[in-house]
Amino acid sequence: MTETVPVDPKLLEILVCPLTKGPLRYDRERAELISEQAGLAYPIRDGIPIMLPGEARKLDA
Amino acid sequence: MVQRQRRAASTLASADYLHRRAAGDLAERLAGINRTFGVGVDLGGRSATLVAAIQGTPGAAGKVGWWGDLVGDHAAVTPGATSAVVPPETVPLAPESVDLVTSVLALHTVNDLPGLFVQVRRALRPDGLFLAAMFGPRTLSELRGVLVEAEAALTGGAGARVAPFADVQDLARLLQRAGFALPVADTELVRVRFATPLALLADLRAMGETSVLAGPHRPLRRDVLAQAMGLYAARHSGADGRVDATFEMVTVTGWAPAPGQQKPLAPGSARMRLADALGVTEHRAGDQPRAKD
Repeated sequence: MTETVPVDPKLLEILVCPLTKGPLRYDRERAELISEQAGLAYPIRDGIPIMLPGEARKLDA
Repeated sequence: MVQRQRRAASTLASADYLHRRAAGDLAERLAGINRTFGVGVDLGGRSATLVAAIQGTPGAAGKVGWWGDLVGDHAAVTPGATSAVVPPETVPLAPESVDLVTSVLALHTVNDLPGLFVQVRRALRPDGLFLAAMFGPRTLSELRGVLVEAEAALTGGAGARVAPFADVQDLARLLQRAGFALPVADTELVRVRFATPLALLADLRAMGETSVLAGPHRPLRRDVLAQAMGLYAARHSGADGRVDATFEMVTVTGWAPAPGQQKPLAPGSARMRLADALGVTEHRAGDQPRAKD
């Protein structure tokens, strides 16, 4: 497993999903920010959340 | 709505000089504000430039507790800064979650500024501040002129080559419509001198701003560019042979409304005549027929 850089907790407090403006859940294990409403998991690379729907993983229904 | 017009001249050409200058200006404004901001967010990824500017500005230190960057693509992330990559024109921040939103010469590429301003206002806590420097419409006026002229001469037609920028009146109005209190937009002309017109283009490229030169469907022809560069050198060089380029920096300030904030008086509520305040005789408008032109 690659070493993951933690996300600044402050950033997690203020970010929302760019599509739904809804809340995000931080999945530390997978280094993802999950928007349940949008059904997307946004990747976190080197501690930087990539909030681009095109780069997000679709959550299985 | 307050508008101030300020002019300044300056010399020196370096790619991020304009950003450092704009950041210094924002730092001075922060220094003049009698409060601190717990959570700040920079649109465009220039919080590190702002932090450096604040460190060099008396009275500005400690004004911002935490700063994060929202950037449009991964390449714009500053190493060491706390950043998130977000889609263009979005401000995906929780409502009333931040105290300060800044931006340093990054918003001129935004198509929907009214929408962006509304998003910023919603993200701000009551009495939070939006403080942004952006390029104004007089930016690169020399370059615009010679490109249009060269294109018209060589192709028989011409169109805008440099993206249009919102002017200071538009911006103040947009801030007000987005729900900001005490909106202010002011403007400053900065003259930068370059060794040659090509050195200007090289710096624009270094700033990532050459896309403003390309029309959407009309690539810039080499011969047009060459002729434009010749015209530029002929029209806009100083005694030392260097050429001038104008950049207009517009700074916008708006506060998220909060109870107890100072407010402008309602129109018609004045208790003193303006003429008395100014010590002049009042001439009523519309009483006399207009003099013939």
